[in-house]
Formats: sequence, C-alpha cells, structure tokens
Amino acid sequence: MRKPNKIVKIIKLSFTYMFLSIVSFICVFPFYWMLAGGTSTSNEVSSGNISIGSNLVENYRILVEQSDYLRAFGNSAFVAILTTILALFISSLAAYGFEIFKSKRKSKVYGVLLLTMMVPFAALMIPLYKVVIYLELSNKLISVVLPAVATVFLIFFFKQSFIKFPREIIQSARIDGANEFRIFRSIVFPAMKPTYAAAAILTFTASWNNFLWPLITLSSNELQTLPLKISILSSSYTPHYGVILLSIVIATLPSIIVFFSLQKYFVAGLTGAVK
Amino acid sequence: MRNLLQGFKNIIKRILQAIKRRMKKIGIGWAFIIPALFFITLFVIIPIFYSMFLVTQSCRGIVCESNFTGNIDKLMGDVQFRQVFKNTFIFFIVQVPIMLTLALIFAVILNNPKLRFRGVFRTAIFLPAVTSLVAYSVLFKMMLAPEGIMNTAISFIGISPIGWLTDPFWQRVTIIIALLWRWTGYNMIFYLSGLQNIDKEMFEAAEMDGANKRQTFFKITIPQLKPIILFTAVMSTIGTLQLFDEPFNIIRGSGTTASTMTLSQYIYNLSFVYIPNFGYAAVISYVIMIIAALLTIIQFRIMREEK
Repeated sequence: MRKPNKIVKIIKLSFTYMFLSIVSFICVFPFYWMLAGGTSTSNEVSSGNISIGSNLVENYRILVEQSDYLRAFGNSAFVAILTTILALFISSLAAYGFEIFKSKRKSKVYGVLLLTMMVPFAALMIPLYKVVIYLELSNKLISVVLPAVATVFLIFFFKQSFIKFPREIIQSARIDGANEFRIFRSIVFPAMKPTYAAAAILTFTASWNNFLWPLITLSSNELQTLPLKISILSSSYTPHYGVILLSIVIATLPSIIVFFSLQKYFVAGLTGAVK
Repeated sequence: MRNLLQGFKNIIKRILQAIKRRMKKIGIGWAFIIPALFFITLFVIIPIFYSMFLVTQSCRGIVCESNFTGNIDKLMGDVQFRQVFKNTFIFFIVQVPIMLTLALIFAVILNNPKLRFRGVFRTAIFLPAVTSLVAYSVLFKMMLAPEGIMNTAISFIGISPIGWLTDPFWQRVTIIIALLWRWTGYNMIFYLSGLQNIDKEMFEAAEMDGANKRQTFFKITIPQLKPIILFTAVMSTIGTLQLFDEPFNIIRGSGTTASTMTLSQYIYNLSFVYIPNFGYAAVISYVIMIIAALLTIIQFRIMREEK
C-alpha cells in the first residue's frame, strides 16, 4: 500500500471545504437577499444594495393595506389546516382498514388505488375541474380542500407504518369488548403519533404551497391564497420590489419554522437513526 | 302529521338496521375505507373515466362536438405542441441528469464521518427545498432581472448584462438554474439516507483489498444505491413533465414565452387562456401520461439490465 503524502491530503481536504462552502453560499444567499430586500425600499433593491435595510415597517404597511395580503394569509391557513386535519383522519382510517382488515377484495381495491398514483396531476386537472364545476364547488375555498383529503400517497404512507403495529394489542382490546373505532381512537392513534406528525408536515406544506389547482379553481380576488397573491404581486407593471420580497419572506416563514423545529425528527426519520 | 312523522322514523330505523346488518355481512373493515374511497372515486376515478370521454370532444368554449380523429389530426399538425414538447424535453434531458449527479456528489462528500460541520453543510444545501415553488420562482425572477443582483455581480468580473428573463436561450438556462437550486438538496437527502444504510464493512473490505476511492464509488456505492437512484429518477421525471409553477412565474411578463412554455402550461392555456378547448387539452394530458409511463418503464429496464 502507498501512503498518501500528508501535504497532498491537506490540500485535498481544503479543496473539499472550499467546494462545500461555495455550494452552501449559493444555496443560502437567496434567503439572505430576500431578507435584505424585504427590509429595503424599491430603489435600494434595484441599485444592488445587499445589506439589511430599515424599511420593514413601511413595506409591511403597503403590503397589508394595498394588496389584501392578510386575507390571503388567512385563506391559505384555513385551506392548509382544514386539509391537513381531514386528510390525516380520512387517509389513516382507510390505511387502517386496508392493513388490519385484510381481505382479497380489499387488496384488489388497494391495487387499483396504487395504479391511480401513477397518473400525473397535469393529466387530471381538466376533468377534475369539470367535476368540481358540476358539483358547484368552483370558486369556493372548499374546492381546494376536498380533492386533497384522501390521497393514495397518504394511505400508502400510513399503511406502511401500520404494518409494524403489534396485532396482539388490538386482539386483546377486542377481547375486552372495545369496539373497532374505539380501538383505533384510543389505542392505535396515540401509538402512531410520530407517523401522524410526519404526514402532517408533508400535507401541510403541500397544501400551503399549492399553486396550479387554486389558480384554476379560485377566480375571485378575495379567495386568493398566498401563492396566487405573490404571483400576481410580482407580475404587476410597477413592481414594488421591497414589498414583494417581504411577501415572500412571510409566506416562507411557516415552512422554515416547521423545518427547523422538526429537523431532528426529519433527518433521523429519513436517515434511520444515525448516531 | 304525527302519523307521517312516525312513518318517517320507522323508515329511518329500518334503513339503519339494514345498514347495520349489511355492515356485519361485509365486515367492519370497509367502514374505515369507505370515506376515503368516496373522495378518491369522486376526485380521481371519475375524472380518469371522464377524460376518456373528453379526448373525443372538440370544443369552442362550452360548445363541444364529437371529433376524436379531428383531435388526433390536430395534434399531428400542431406546431405549438411540437415546440412545448421540445421545451419540456430539453428541461428533462439537461436538468435531471445534472441534478441527480450533483446530489450524489454532495451526498458522498457529506457522508464522510470525519468531515467537520457536516450538519451545517447538509442543512444549507437542503434549505432551498423548504421554499414554495411560487416564492422561489419570484425570488429568482427578481435576482435575475435586467438590473438585478446577478447582472450587477457579473459586471464586477467584466461580463456584460445577460437577458436572463428575455433572451430565448438564457430563459431556458434560468429555468434550469432555478430548478437545480430548488431540487438538488432535496434529492441529496434521499442519497444520504441510502448511504447510511450501506454496510460499513463493505467499504472496509474494499479498502483492505486496496481499492481506491474511484473504484469504491463505482463498484460499491452506485450499485448499492441503485433502488434509490431509480426512485429519484422516476420522481424527477414525472415532476419535470408536469413543470408549471417555475416557467409560469419566472418568465411571466418578460416578453416571449415560446422557448420555456411546458406541456402543463400549454394545457392550462388551451383551457383558460385561449378559446377554451377542454377536449383538445385532455388529448395533451394523455400525451403527458403516456410519456411518463414510457420513461418510467425505460428507467426500470435500464436499472434491471445493469444488474
């Protein structure tokens, strides 16, 4: 075996650190720039200023007074929270039914559901829009909620975790005379809280960030969700850069807070309990 | 009146009893499943079947007529379809391989336990994945504006301003850069979790046998990660075929959109911007579905053959 020269090793290592630092800088800089811009005036942003400005309050005032931003924030919160609660409830129930009460017929139905997961949303949006119009749900916030409350992906996600649930516990509860829904509510649900947390993060952020479907189905100004509002703000003829950047900062904050507060679970969950 | 009410009560009672009897017969398991099945039928299954009818229709607004062969003829001679197909394919063929390669490189570097500040680097590279697609699109649009920070920065090293948002060639580059920024870290996380699951003894054995880093990478790392590479490739393929938010928001209001318009945008325009033709839009939807299925099958084949 050939021993690598120590100096060569150090040079290689410093190249690695330099490379990682540059990549990290590229990834993080836009976040900083958005913060700097959100606190600056339009002129400061377009003149290339990249320090934190002092125009935050004024930007916020313009954003709230001129663009009905808080209503959009409220709409987004309503849609995302309602979707998350309903989706977790309905999809986990179904997953429980498929996994605990297995039968040949149910497996067939589940197989068909898995197949529909292969159909991209872009291929579904037009017929889906027709269905929503037929049900007289179009241009209502509920039209963004309902199609997302039972997703095959979530059922799959929950079913995978119910596989590991010990059947003996359910069996002994049955012997004690508890009915099936009670078993689900007071025994299975509390034990699966981490799974519910992960599913909640996935569902909430997907709903919070959804753009194309609300764009199609919500046409009134007062029903706009945050992504629609930001998109419209950014395409105005006289864009107010500071205000737009502040609107992005506020819309991004919930996801960042969720990510940093749950980062430990998130990374550990994905990487499988790494020391 | 009272009799009527009593009658109603009896009927409801009977219905409830019938449901109860039926439940016992088919099993309580279905009671858990039925709510989800109801919504999925309404919002997925019915639309799928409805789209089979839609493709046979040719519409002008709400007036439709049955004309399937007309739709196919239209598709064959549709110049704009050819253009958006080409655009989508360019995004797919350029962006996906670069992104997955970069993600793999970052993951392998960050998997070295002796490396310091791994957590910091990992978080930094993953951070773009928490932004919403609209938010980061608008952010990039502003950074790459004619008088934006990007053109200011490159002027320092003597490059003249680039029309990131207006020049047909650079528009595509902009979309690809934006996609790389948003999705590389996301894919890296999957590779990192895959690398953690490779048996450490394999690397140790390779080192004992005198394998260099390159050999280890191609002979151990890549084959072991194959299922995850396949998963990310399929996910990115389906994602790229549905690309909408980024080209829509970044290029919006900057003049020509011909070189960045994607299949999804074309469907949207056919349905809501031009004179609505839901029938023909459904035909384009089928094109996306068929390409997605084909590419997925091809990727599965390639992965299997290499084994």
